[in-house]
Amino acid sequence: METEMITLEINGKTVEVPKGTSILNAAKAAHIKIPTLCYHPDLRAGASCGICVVRQLVPSRNPADNGKLVPSPKLLRACCTEATAGMHIVTHDPDIVQVRKTVLELILANHPNDCLQCPRSGRCELQSLAADFGIRENPFPKEVLHHEPDTSTPSIVLYPDKCIKCGRCAEVCQEMQNVWALEFIGRGEKTVMQPAAGVPLAESPCIKCGQCSAHCPVGAIYENDETAKVWAALQDPEKTCLVQIAPAVRVAVGEAFGMKPGELTTGKIYAALRMIGFDKVFDTNFSADVTIMEEGTEFIKRFTEGKDLPLLTSCCPAWTDWMEKYAPDFTGNFSSAKSPQQMLSALCKSYWAEKNGVDPKKIHVTSIMPCTAKKYEISRDENMSATGQQDTDVVLTTRELARMIKAAGIDFNDLPEEKADDLLGAYTGAGTIFGVTGGVMEAALRTAYCLITGEAQPPSIDFQAVRGMDGVKTATIDIKGTKVNIAVAHQMGNVEKIINEIREDRKNGVKPRYDFIEVMACRGGCIGGGGQPCLATDEVRAQRTAGIYTDDEKCTLRMSHLNPEVTALYKDYLDGKTGAQGGEKAHHLLHTKYHKRDVYHFEA
Amino acid sequence: MKLVFGEGSCGIAAGARKVRAAVEKLNTEGAVEIGITGCIGMCYLEPIVDVYDGGTLVKRLVKVQEKDAERIYRAVAGGGRGATALPELADLEISADDKEFLEKQTRIALRHCGLIDPEDIAAYEAVDGYKAIRKVLAMTPEQVIEEIKISGLAGRGGAGFPTWFKWNAARNAKGEQKYLICNADEGDPGAFMDRAVIESAPHSLIEGMLIAAYAIGATRAFVYVRAEYPLAIVRLEKALAAAKKAGLLGENILGSGFSCDIRIKAGAGAFVCGEETALIESLEGNRGMPRLKPPFPAEKGYTQAPSNINNVETFANVAWIILNGGAAFAAMGTETSKGTKVFALTGKIKRGGLVEIPMGLTLRDVIFGIGGGIRDGGTFKAVQMGGPSGGCIPEHLLDTKIDYKALGATGAIMGSGGMVVMDSHTCMVNMARFFLDFTAKESCGKCVHCRIGTKRMHEILTRITEGKGKEGDVELLQDLCNGIKAGALCGLGQTAPNPVLTTIRYFRDEYDAHIREARCPAHECAALKKFSIDPAKCKGCTMCAKKCPVGAISGTVKQPHVIDQSKCIKCGQCVATCKFGAVTVG
Repeated sequence: METEMITLEINGKTVEVPKGTSILNAAKAAHIKIPTLCYHPDLRAGASCGICVVRQLVPSRNPADNGKLVPSPKLLRACCTEATAGMHIVTHDPDIVQVRKTVLELILANHPNDCLQCPRSGRCELQSLAADFGIRENPFPKEVLHHEPDTSTPSIVLYPDKCIKCGRCAEVCQEMQNVWALEFIGRGEKTVMQPAAGVPLAESPCIKCGQCSAHCPVGAIYENDETAKVWAALQDPEKTCLVQIAPAVRVAVGEAFGMKPGELTTGKIYAALRMIGFDKVFDTNFSADVTIMEEGTEFIKRFTEGKDLPLLTSCCPAWTDWMEKYAPDFTGNFSSAKSPQQMLSALCKSYWAEKNGVDPKKIHVTSIMPCTAKKYEISRDENMSATGQQDTDVVLTTRELARMIKAAGIDFNDLPEEKADDLLGAYTGAGTIFGVTGGVMEAALRTAYCLITGEAQPPSIDFQAVRGMDGVKTATIDIKGTKVNIAVAHQMGNVEKIINEIREDRKNGVKPRYDFIEVMACRGGCIGGGGQPCLATDEVRAQRTAGIYTDDEKCTLRMSHLNPEVTALYKDYLDGKTGAQGGEKAHHLLHTKYHKRDVYHFEA
Repeated sequence: MKLVFGEGSCGIAAGARKVRAAVEKLNTEGAVEIGITGCIGMCYLEPIVDVYDGGTLVKRLVKVQEKDAERIYRAVAGGGRGATALPELADLEISADDKEFLEKQTRIALRHCGLIDPEDIAAYEAVDGYKAIRKVLAMTPEQVIEEIKISGLAGRGGAGFPTWFKWNAARNAKGEQKYLICNADEGDPGAFMDRAVIESAPHSLIEGMLIAAYAIGATRAFVYVRAEYPLAIVRLEKALAAAKKAGLLGENILGSGFSCDIRIKAGAGAFVCGEETALIESLEGNRGMPRLKPPFPAEKGYTQAPSNINNVETFANVAWIILNGGAAFAAMGTETSKGTKVFALTGKIKRGGLVEIPMGLTLRDVIFGIGGGIRDGGTFKAVQMGGPSGGCIPEHLLDTKIDYKALGATGAIMGSGGMVVMDSHTCMVNMARFFLDFTAKESCGKCVHCRIGTKRMHEILTRITEGKGKEGDVELLQDLCNGIKAGALCGLGQTAPNPVLTTIRYFRDEYDAHIREARCPAHECAALKKFSIDPAKCKGCTMCAKKCPVGAISGTVKQPHVIDQSKCIKCGQCVATCKFGAVTVG
């Protein structure tokens, strides 16, 4: 269907845009930048800050004026007002600029303005606006109401003093993620963003996905910075420091160094990590391949037995946390296979330790993740300490890694590429696509096809049906006559729909409509993770996604079961069996359990 | 003989139930019939007891105390004297002067207030109650809307939008399920029109809502009433139950095929929930924060379905308009404002209470004619119209007509009907500060303009009232006001600057006196008060020196005393203590 186009005038220029476009985007089409602060393209326009105000010219009501266009007294918010045909808009005049400036002055009067010590310095939207508007003096007295930071979760820090109440975090948490941990609480100047009843985040429904921190325009919500712990471990002569990097990190960390989103920096990251001082550098993509071996055989077993279907992927700790709180009736459907992070760490402190004769107690494993929930995952229950101590010692987000590289004085952009270390470093294309929505499913299908049919390769290795940015993707995959019904969802807010479909099937006593479901909590999958460089939009996500698929295509081996180091692992260490096939070692090291948790869990 | 006790919240607060209990204790034989009614509207005379003989009001007793119960009972229980004057109660009887308060009013929305038992559906039906809905059920919805259009009824909640237009928009909006909502979240300080209607004649609200629901095609309706109105909620619950029992509510009303259910939702005390979109959010169980408009509720309201919201007073007029015709309503008022409007007259007024008058009367008619002017012999200074969203109107504009347009031109608004009268002892800067304190605290916190802007305005006003104002503060206030008016998202923010803008417009000299001379012309701002002792009047009794909590007063016995200004904390104890009027406040 052809989109209806409308024309309007912005600053005297005629602009043609599709019907339904906001004034903000119409102006963009006319190469005019209207400043924004609370607006983010991922979210419903919040209209709270009032920076994007513009003026409409309307025909004068005074008959003497003969229909002359005069400024309307009320300003419009460009972010949420639809451009209509024949509209006349003025985006910049001294009055409008003054109103915008007043808004900034009012916000700055309530803001600590300690930019030098702020984790968002340099990437703060308020800071850039203040610079753009040339704010020097403020007519309003300064008053910052102090609240203690919320450090109750291992993942994110909520620092209300810096909050400008733009409402993005609440919108992300409620609408995008369907978590409902953050809300406007209180009224007037006492308004704060926090969980209902003022409970700490750790006692709230928060799933630690960190999307609030990735969307916050200022430094009011940020990752729990644990770089100091890693620096300390690197200084400790007793420790052997191992490190792993997740798939999505390699296509995003470059953004912190001025590279384009999606630029592949795998080899540079390996090199930088060695320069920082890590003893061995591994790749989470390796254990992603292991995950496929474990989860793939688990799926084939359940599918052939027709038991506990649908199988739900469990690589994403924010999703598992959501399910344990909001859908505990699905704990039995989860794949018991641990996430690639947890598998790799467990193998570091068992398989690698044994092969290299290092005491696991003296091994320190750092994991670099695009994710804040991973910081929570490492201590979520006793299964995360399968080797007798906590398997993963510290999780750093992509943002923290960038900071470490900068602090170490590494010229990242021109760094020669290096390779990962042996035993836990090789990966296939199937492992790397774990970083995007649909990737786990696609990797599993590639291997499952071969295991079920005994053929060397599926007819097409690219399963296009599971790719793309649709919130829910469903398909029926034909494996030589065997029909497998699958669903892929990303961004938590899209998941409940599928869950409810299965609940309906259960109620009706029919076979569940899906056999296998992949869920990733963040939009676009891990490439859009809460620990990635902030303020990503769909445009950025698309570039990162393209980077991941490029990495997949560049791999000679693109199916997990072909990874030679994976084959070696099973042969040399795991008695040749996966957990689902009764492999005891594999079961102990690579599997876990899920259980119901209260949405609000108050300490007694 | 029958004794009817005025038992609105005001009457009960003044002690009406205690008096009734005392009478009931004596009335063991049932010699006297005892009943209740809602708010009569004369707050300043509560508790009020009406004496009826055979359905006729023969005597209105005012400011009745528990101790009066026995002689009232004895006088009335004597019986057999018909409508005799009951001379033994003459001292309790309402004065001819006070009678004017009601006699000068024209009551439509309040037509049943103080006249019927609010908890008895039969009492309402006896005064033509539920006749209008019967008439409406024989009409087409379009005919109903046309009648309302003829009446010229406009929304009484404050904005004054034509009621028929909203109904028509909701009727024409596409949607299977439509909703009707009554806004009874009356939050303006000093306003209590809606409470009085619900407490006194809940059925008139229900009937008005049923007519509106029929007109727009809504089958479900809500009354969003503030939780601070417990009596209103109880009476409305009883009324809904009675109406349901009588087949006037629920499925297939009066066999017409029209169904409508009304439910009560108690608010949680947020001023902003009086704003229609915030109210809808709250009704849905969300935090009460305004939505963007458009889409308007008529298109996407409660649960995104077409919804119509009107205020209590608006609904209270509807049944009357249907029974008497839109033209009768439109015959009252001015060119642009039709019918009557209810005001809650409060402040430094001689006779405060509920006043309903035809549009077009002047402010002077209301304040001096009905309200009796300023109490305690004071002089009129200004009247604040429309609560925190409104503005003040000074003495020289007292002949302004009560009309949406005319009031708007003064910088004030008609508003929901708050009318706070101020005398020469009220400091206008402090008054503006009071309202800004209110709006700053009640801001939902969403818009920067409203959340931080009103707070900064409050700060500036505070420093002015403390004598710490700076040259340029008034201009800074004006700049902020203009920014907030133009930039705030909802009505609460957009109108919050009105009290400041109007006081600057009409009382700029008071601002200047505070800023430039550290002087409060009304002698109200505590920080700017200067206490001194007139040596000619001081007898040297030492009482003030003994009372002064900070030892700021010194002097010898029988000699004039003096106040050390550097120690004085301006508490006013000396003024209260001095028997000779020797302490002056400047």
